[in-house]
Amino acid sequence: MSAQHTTHAHGAHDHGGHDDHHGDAEPHSSLRDYTIGFVLSVILTAIPFWLVMAKVIADRNTAVLVLGGFAVIQILVHMVYFLHMNGKVEGGWTMLSTIFTVVFVAIAIAGTLWVMFHMNANMMPEHPTPTPATHEAPGHSTP
Amino acid sequence: MSELRLNAGAAAGALAPRDYHLAHEPHPENGTALGFWLYLMSDCLIFAALFATYGVLGRSYAAGPTGAQLFDLTLVAINTAFLLLSSITFGFAMLRKQQKDVKGTLLWLAVTGFFGLCFLGLELYEFAHLIHQGATPQRSAFLSAFFTLVGTHGLHVTFGLIWLVVLMVQIGKHGLIPANTRRLMCLSMFWHFLDVVWIGVFTFVYLMGVL
Repeated sequence: MSAQHTTHAHGAHDHGGHDDHHGDAEPHSSLRDYTIGFVLSVILTAIPFWLVMAKVIADRNTAVLVLGGFAVIQILVHMVYFLHMNGKVEGGWTMLSTIFTVVFVAIAIAGTLWVMFHMNANMMPEHPTPTPATHEAPGHSTP
Repeated sequence: MSELRLNAGAAAGALAPRDYHLAHEPHPENGTALGFWLYLMSDCLIFAALFATYGVLGRSYAAGPTGAQLFDLTLVAINTAFLLLSSITFGFAMLRKQQKDVKGTLLWLAVTGFFGLCFLGLELYEFAHLIHQGATPQRSAFLSAFFTLVGTHGLHVTFGLIWLVVLMVQIGKHGLIPANTRRLMCLSMFWHFLDVVWIGVFTFVYLMGVL
């Protein structure tokens, strides 16, 4: 009974094509997409793990850059092959909101790290001028 | 005068056929997908904040254990494999769904749930092991940030699993009705999104933490 209902509900969508905003208007995925995505992901996961576990790259900064590069590529692979991203989904709104998020995330993370790791250099200098506090200090310290 | 006009207007209104603007308002073809995508993007911002926090505090060990001493990369690699496998099996479930195959969809969802459970079990084992060693969230800023970031991701997976089970019950009961295929689409986006976040976690927390 429920199977019949299902076939009926989707029949209009498959054959008519006139019913644009049917509940099932998602982009259709294919086995090919998932397979390509999976194989690429396995490769893009295995290489960074191997690089670190076998200690291939000696220089830490180079290693961080390479690992970050692999992560970005794998995230793109997931977006395209698993989440079926392209510029046409939802009239481009999905892409637009994603670009906004990427920009926001980049500013939030890069900005935080930049500010926090330059805190010491950007602090107000403490030594050069004697402040009123140092004038009062002897009075307080002597009992 | 004005009274007359009003009457005339009312009469015309009564006689004229009512005009509803039913057709062809410009709206997205699938509002649910876009709305759910926007939720995922806002979730991204939560993780951005947690990643930034970890980036700042990740090396503040307070003379406690470091990532290089604590992390077992073999365990993390197995965990990553579980999550990646659960992503592809969810893809298979979506393909079965397109064929209107209720049994196949449920089967692949069950496999997905199994891998998700394996992931969660291994993560909880890792947490328990760390805490047993004295590497609790209270030990250092590094460990606080670590448990918050990885724990938040684990919590997402937990809720994804609960959603998965509930949806399997619904599909078993009502079949692949439009409401259920819509829910399935949202959960699929959620699940793949969690895998994307995990890429960030294993790269920035575990791999770079061991360097």
